[in-house]
Parts: sequence; structure tokens; C-alpha cells
Amino acid sequence: MYIYDHIDQKLIEERVAQFRDQTGRFLAGTLSEDNFRPLRLQNGLYIQRHAPMLRIAIPYGMLATYQLRKLAHITRTYDRGTGHFSTRQNLQLNWPRLEDVPDILAELATVQMHAIQTSGNCVRNITSDHAAGIAPDEIVNPLVWCEVVRQWASFNPEFAYLPRKFKIAVSGSAADRAAVQVHDVGLHAVLSDRGEIGFRVLAGGGLGRTPILGATIREFLPWQHLLTYLEAILRVYNLYGRRDNKWKARIKILVKDLTPAAFRDAVEAEWQHAKDGPSTLTEREVARIAGRFTRPAYEKLEPLSSSYVLATGRDKRFAAWARRNVLPHKVPGYAAVTLSLKKTGVPPGDATADQMDAVADLADRFSFGELRVTHEQNLLLPDVRQSDLHTVWQEAEALGLATPNIGLITNIIACPGGDYCSLANAKSIPVAEAIQRRFDDLDFVYDIGELDLNISGCMNSCGHHHIGHIGILGVDKQGAEFYQISIGGAQGNDASLGKVLGPSVSQEEVPDVIEKLIEVYLERRDSEAERFIDVVRRIGIEPFKEYVYGAHQGSKARNRHLATA
Amino acid sequence: MALIKDRKRAIDTWQLLDALAVGEDGSLPPLPAGDLIVPASAWMRVRAQFIAREGRIGIWLSGAEEPRDIAGDLEHFGVIAVNFPSFTDGRGYSIGRLLRERFGWTGELRAIGDIQRDQLFYLARCGFNAFALREGEDVDVALTAFADFSDGYQGSVEQPLPLFRRRELSTHR
Repeated sequence: MYIYDHIDQKLIEERVAQFRDQTGRFLAGTLSEDNFRPLRLQNGLYIQRHAPMLRIAIPYGMLATYQLRKLAHITRTYDRGTGHFSTRQNLQLNWPRLEDVPDILAELATVQMHAIQTSGNCVRNITSDHAAGIAPDEIVNPLVWCEVVRQWASFNPEFAYLPRKFKIAVSGSAADRAAVQVHDVGLHAVLSDRGEIGFRVLAGGGLGRTPILGATIREFLPWQHLLTYLEAILRVYNLYGRRDNKWKARIKILVKDLTPAAFRDAVEAEWQHAKDGPSTLTEREVARIAGRFTRPAYEKLEPLSSSYVLATGRDKRFAAWARRNVLPHKVPGYAAVTLSLKKTGVPPGDATADQMDAVADLADRFSFGELRVTHEQNLLLPDVRQSDLHTVWQEAEALGLATPNIGLITNIIACPGGDYCSLANAKSIPVAEAIQRRFDDLDFVYDIGELDLNISGCMNSCGHHHIGHIGILGVDKQGAEFYQISIGGAQGNDASLGKVLGPSVSQEEVPDVIEKLIEVYLERRDSEAERFIDVVRRIGIEPFKEYVYGAHQGSKARNRHLATA
Repeated sequence: MALIKDRKRAIDTWQLLDALAVGEDGSLPPLPAGDLIVPASAWMRVRAQFIAREGRIGIWLSGAEEPRDIAGDLEHFGVIAVNFPSFTDGRGYSIGRLLRERFGWTGELRAIGDIQRDQLFYLARCGFNAFALREGEDVDVALTAFADFSDGYQGSVEQPLPLFRRRELSTHR
């Protein structure tokens, strides 16, 4: 956990006072709605369908238990008892009162939390790998670099009113688990031939209305230059990004219009002025920030716990859960546990205040008082002894947080959709539930294997549907809610954008279409090892399209029995 | 229109010309007497006429104009103003830093347009020392904006050393 020093703390307290004053002037009528809007947005406050929505920052997804308990308290006191963990590792509350928001922010500040720049046209929360700091394949600990960037981005006076929002992700491992290719800027740690740490810099990636993978604009940026280089990118964007059309204002459009090569040249030219200047990072500063992260006091353990191995042999349900929900750890004898927020019937990413408190207790007892929010909208206990896994599983199960579906079709990533969000064209939550119900036979779900299914209620793509193996997008068809299905998207090193299958379908039809896609996959895969995405890549979308839309009857796949069909 | 300069209420002695129709032959319409802030585009076309004129001259840049285009002329200006067409148009923040840090402008740098209390702190960090507040802004309330934060992480015009450099200096001692 990064622990604030007195200056970090003072700045967030001053932010609370500033927003209290702004809210007061708005309520008194001396600050207009138009002028209050950008100010409240930069404090995470939207005006939504039912009430304001407050997006609380969870920088790079890292939480201490005292912070989670505070979130539980706030959810219970100022909201209706349920919070929503988002794909950007934040927490959203759907029912706070505007008048209460300064008090909520003040409470957050007591546990070194805030809602700064979680919305608005500024640099947003820095996101990272959910296994940051514990992944066996890590080159650098991305948490440290995320915090370096967080401080630079916070209250940055030059970049508070960009053409559009700006999202930065940092990956510290060879395998990208932070989706760096679909961010405005992606930073992917690499080692030079001489073993020096640096970053591959990608720019202009993003989802939304114009999905595009980022272009590499620098293969190797030595770490010392991280902030001056970011400043150059942001300055070029701030000055030349389009401001005349909201839909063309993201940096991806600038990169595309200029061409990545010309954009890179502009950035490099700008960077020459700041390079080696006072914002050049020092070893001392990086060490200072790294030193403010508390580290768990790991015990010396056997690499593989015998009690854990025995338990997986004895208890099949435990073994199934462990296979899906337990991640490897770089420290021998430890593992990370994903607590699934994807139980059928519960909106994806939602947790009640009571669950938050209970998870905090679990993390205190089994994971050194720390946890993570994943961009797949689950919670993660990062540092669990293997010998404790069976107990953790039992307790998680009692809390409804042990659905063994990580990486499977029912681990649906979904935005809050039309039930809450005023931007949405269509609902997401009932669609997710209908699909989960259709696939609630776990044996069948295991047979389908790894499959990412993402749902967004509109083109803003908060559910990242473009990079789901199956993506579902809510669209408005003459006032009615319809869903456009795409397949072939993927996150990670071989990221790709999904292709639209065909005409959109009604809400009732969605589970049928998904089932048909699965039928084609099962029919066409060459072995169980070939995943859905692999088959789509091998055979293309046509066979899927034909089976979903064609008049096609009597296929062998049709006869495959679905437990709940 | 109320003016804040160097964190105090100030009297504006400049007259700002929103637009100036320069003829195709480079002729100017009759100009008012006194100190004038003229559009940068007009300055670039007929700078000799402005230089020959009685009274001081300043220019204002739109968000789309490049500071480097007037960087060679700084000695002629009594003030440089940067227009913010709306509260949320942030180009001027970068323009301010460029004028101060790259092109060495040390005179009055004035923010004009949709300027309100809640922009002042960041504008000041980007090098602006004068603020023509938009109609209806309360000067006394606006003056409190400079105290919104006691520090900042980044290097800025006001404080070229980022916080981490200053931390290092203070712990060296």
C-alpha cells in the first residue's frame, strides 16, 4: 500500500475544501450549472438517471482493508448499500446526494482516498495489472510507476482541460494484463539489452465509437524520462487535439489523422525541450516512492503446500474453484485469490457494504490487510498462503464470492448500463443475467473453456465489448433497445478488436445468439485446448454468422444438449 | 470588466480590440488613442504600422495561434493576452507555459475570455499573472482562488522545480 506523506495528505484535504466551496457556491446559485459541471466531473461526480453518480478513485486498483471498510461505511451511510466496481478499477456509487459529496470526500481523505480526476477531460485514474507486485513474470513492479505517474497527473495545471478524457495504463510484465493497447497512452515495461529499465510507449489506442489499437511511438524510453515524455505527449494533444467535435476529440483521432509517425515526430520535437530538465526522474525519487509502499512480511514457505495439494484431491469443488480463481504468486508458498463478483443474478462488479466489510475481514486474516480491484470487476486477495486457500474458499463461498468462473463465459464484464447510466442506449445488467442463467451448468461452462464476454450499454464502451471474445453492445433502434454482437476481440499481448456479426437483435434473443455461437465453436474446435477466440481466428466469423442468421437447420451442433436450454 | 493583476485588484489601462479589419492593401481602420491590445493575426500582417503608432501595443492570441509566430517580436509588447473561448478550452494553459518557459516572456501575461475564479490557480501555475474576469465574477471571491492549494507535484512556471526535486534538496541539508 502506498502511504501518503504530509504533503500528499494536505493536497487531498485542500481538494476537499475546494470542492466544498464550489458545491456551496453552486447550491447558493453563484456558480452556474454550466460552470459547476467541469468542476464536479473532476471530482468524480456525474448527474445520472436517478441521482448523482460518484466515482471514487482506487489508484491502480490497490486497496487496504481500512480503506475498504471506509468504502463500506460510505456505501451504507450515503448510498443504498451497494457499490459497483468498474472496469477502470474504481468504485461507483449510484445514489449519493449532491449535498453530501463534500462530506463523502472528507471521509475518504481520512483514509488517503479521493475522487480526483475520475471523470472530466483530464488524466484519469492510472490503471494496471491486477497482479501487479505479485506476478511471477514481472519485469518491474508497475505499482511504483503508477504512483509516479499518479502524482505527476494529479492537479497537473496544464492538462486539466484537455480536448477529452485521457487514460494511461502501465504493465510491468512481459504478458500485458493492463490492456495497454487500448489506452490513450500505454506504458509497457521492457528491459534494454544492457538490462536497463524502460518503457515501450504506445499512444492513440482506445475503444468507444472509433476502436483502435495504440501505435508504438517509442520502443524504449529510459525510465528517467517518463514524466518529460508524458508531458510532451500531453502538450501536443492539448494544443492540437480536436475540440470541435466530442466524437473526434480523443488522442486516437489526432494520432490517426497525423499518422503515428508524424505524431511521434511532433512528440519527440516537443520532448527535446523538456528532456533532461528538472522533471527528469531520479533514482532517489523512485526509491522514495517505492519505499512508501508497505510490503507484506512474507513467511518462508515451501513452494507447494502439501495441505493445499491434498485438499484439491479430496474436494472436487474446491479444486474447480482453485483452478479458475487462484493465481500464481512470485513468492513461494503464496497465491492470489480472485473473489468473483459475477454470481448469477448479481449485477457484474456489484458488492454490498456487508460484503465489503466481510472481504476486509478476510483480507486482514489471510492477505496482510490488502486487496486489489481487477479491471474485470472482481476483487483479489493478493497474498494468501496456499495452506489457507481451503479456508478462504469456504468463507468466500459463504459470502457468495466464490463463483468459480474466472476466465469463463459467466465472468461477464458489464457496465451499469441503462438501469443507471444516462448515456446508455440499452440495459446491460439483465442481459448479463440472462446469459449467466443460460449457462449456469458449471460443467458445461468448463467445457466451453476460456471465454471473455463483455457488455457495454453504449458506444462509450465502458464494458470494453470491443476486446471481448464475444462483445455485446447496446444500441438504440428507433427508440427500442437492441444489441449488436461482435466476436474475435481480445485483450493482452495479441489484442484485437471484435468484428460485428450482423444485424442487432432484441434483448430476448441475445442468449440464443450466444448459445449458437458456442455451438459453432464446440462443433469446430479441434481440441479442448483450442479456445473460442482461437477458433474465430482460425475460421473467421462467416461460419458463426451463417449459423446465427442463416436458415440453417439440423446441424449436428444443434443436437448438442444444453442443460438449461 | 474586472481585472486581477499580481494577485490584486487592478485598473485596466489597456483597450482590447476583439477584431480588427486589416485591408487587403494592409490599411488599418482608424484606431482609438491609448494603449491597445490587438489580435495577433493583425500584428503579424502590419506590425510596422503598430510600431510607428503613439501608445503602447499588446497582442492577444487565440487558442489556435502559435506562440512561436510572435516569439521574435516580444520586445514590442506591453502585454500578451491569451483568449479562452470557454472555461473548458485548455489550450491556453500550454500556450502560457510556452510563452514563459520557451520564449522567455517576462511581462504581463493576461488570461482573457471565459475566465472565472475556479481557473485562476492553475492559470497562475502556467504563468499567467493577470486575469480579465468575465462579467459577473466577484473579484474578492476570485482573489481567494490563489490559496486553493499550498503546493503542487509538478514543476510549473511559478515553481520550476517539481516537488520531488525540492524534497530531495530539503533532505540533503
